[in-house]
Amino acid sequence: MIQVENVRKTYGAFTALDGLSLTAAEGTVLGLLGPNGSGKTTTVKVLTTLLAPDSGDAWVAGHSVLDNPDLVRRNLGLSGQYAAVDEKLTAFENLHMVGRLYGMNRRTASARAHELLANFRLTDVAGKRAGTFSGGMRRRLDLAGAIVARPKVVVLDEPTTGLDPRGRLDTWEVISGLVSDGTTVLLTTQYLEEADRLADHIAVINHGSVIAEGTATELKDGAGAERIDITVRNAVDLQAAAAVLALAADGLGTPEVDPAALSVSIAAPGGHQMLVRVLAELDARSLPVAEASLRRPTLDDVFLQLTGGTAKTNPQSTPDTSMEGVPA
Amino acid sequence: MSVISAAVRDSSVIAHRNILNVLRTPGALVTGIVQPVMFVLLLGFVFGGSLGGDQYRSFLIGGILAQTLTFNASFTAVYLAKDLQLGLIDRFRSLPMSRVAVILGRTTSDLYTSVISIVVTLLCGLAVGWRTSAGILEILAAVGVLLLFAFAVSWIGAVIALTARSVEVAQSLGLVWLFPVTFVSGAFVSVSTLPGPLRAIAEWNPVTSVATAARELFGNAAPAGFVAPGGWPADNAVLYALLCSIGIIVVFAPLAIAQYRRISKR
Repeated sequence: MIQVENVRKTYGAFTALDGLSLTAAEGTVLGLLGPNGSGKTTTVKVLTTLLAPDSGDAWVAGHSVLDNPDLVRRNLGLSGQYAAVDEKLTAFENLHMVGRLYGMNRRTASARAHELLANFRLTDVAGKRAGTFSGGMRRRLDLAGAIVARPKVVVLDEPTTGLDPRGRLDTWEVISGLVSDGTTVLLTTQYLEEADRLADHIAVINHGSVIAEGTATELKDGAGAERIDITVRNAVDLQAAAAVLALAADGLGTPEVDPAALSVSIAAPGGHQMLVRVLAELDARSLPVAEASLRRPTLDDVFLQLTGGTAKTNPQSTPDTSMEGVPA
Repeated sequence: MSVISAAVRDSSVIAHRNILNVLRTPGALVTGIVQPVMFVLLLGFVFGGSLGGDQYRSFLIGGILAQTLTFNASFTAVYLAKDLQLGLIDRFRSLPMSRVAVILGRTTSDLYTSVISIVVTLLCGLAVGWRTSAGILEILAAVGVLLLFAFAVSWIGAVIALTARSVEVAQSLGLVWLFPVTFVSGAFVSVSTLPGPLRAIAEWNPVTSVATAARELFGNAAPAGFVAPGGWPADNAVLYALLCSIGIIVVFAPLAIAQYRRISKR
């Protein structure tokens, strides 16, 4: 349903897409995961015919973006990074306008707008201007705009960036609803949790090409064994604890130290036995432990491993962690 | 044929959206209303005394109309530049809609501002002593000539917006060219008083022909001391004004559309 083949796009000396290839089967969600500047938005622009690739081609519902851009547009709905709603228009007027621009007559556009407002819980504010909406409501309106013409493919570019936790959960619910209707979705995100929750298939991209792909489980398995996380009580003990972990891993991994969280983490091919050894050793060296755990790798670990730690230094990815305590 | 009907339908949807935007933005119409009033009063009473008093003020209205409508091109430049910065434009570009609708919708909806400007200028003119001897057909013809010209210069504003790439640049670029174009003309003075080369420019300036055409159709004579301009453009003011408007559209509409497509490819 979505196919991208060997697409290159350069801006002067900067290579935004470097031979990118992707596939999404009908009715599935493809998650495109990558840090800022990795080429996510450029991919979206190529797929939505906003940008012509330098070489390569992409197909939406079987139509090439180069040869048949108009048929691509007929089969596609876009919800970009910035909510594409007109703040001076009411929720109803926004959807009605989009329907008209898809070629619907007034009555059809009107009926569809009301239907979508009801589906997206916006009926109460149908007559209110979008400029007065909260971030989450604006997002819902924008997503509704993307599916006015019941497109086969919906492209969502960072749909939850800048939303508060409530808005994000709302948006997730809407996206899940889309998929259950059989729509094929391409979703870009910096949030690993989002990809983990919504995507059937994940492609991790960096510097304009895919560096890993698979289901969330496959990617986690690829990241190797379970991991041990140790949080020390005193900052001065952090390096010593890292040394204990490195010793226990016997050269099979390097500990990742997070000085802010006073924690250190390492792959644990030895499973729980390794955890027992680590704890005994920490105890023997009198290094007080605040928290110790053995866990399956998360997409964060996959991501950090693949992109060489760029996610951790990227302030945009911090809202992830703040989401972990929020019930679904 | 269906390409054209789709362009008309999509443009009218966009124009409707633009008009709702203007109506819901407090102050959006202030410039369009205040500016002609200000120029009628400033020129009519500051310059009016030395240029022929009541007769000059009557002569002035045609010039103010031409000037005000030319200035309205800056609204097109600013509002289109603003639109181009919105995420909404990406949505429009990803829709299977006519590629010209965003710009054609803008230049069409800006005609409403121009209608308001014309009405305000004429009301203001009536207040300072302007009168017309024209019948209803001539008045409609005058308004027609004026609106076609307003629509034409609006395309110049569109090209500026599409070239500028930022609202700030569009705002200043959209304004600077208006002063020489409207002042080196017969809008406010007799072109005969201008020095050689400027006089030739002013005689052929479309703004002059629009002002002269309006005066002709409204039946407003020049003040006693004004030397009547000669030459083909002055003798055929209405025809020349129409030809200028069509010429501007023929040049600038394709430029604007080509520029919009070019931007879309970036």
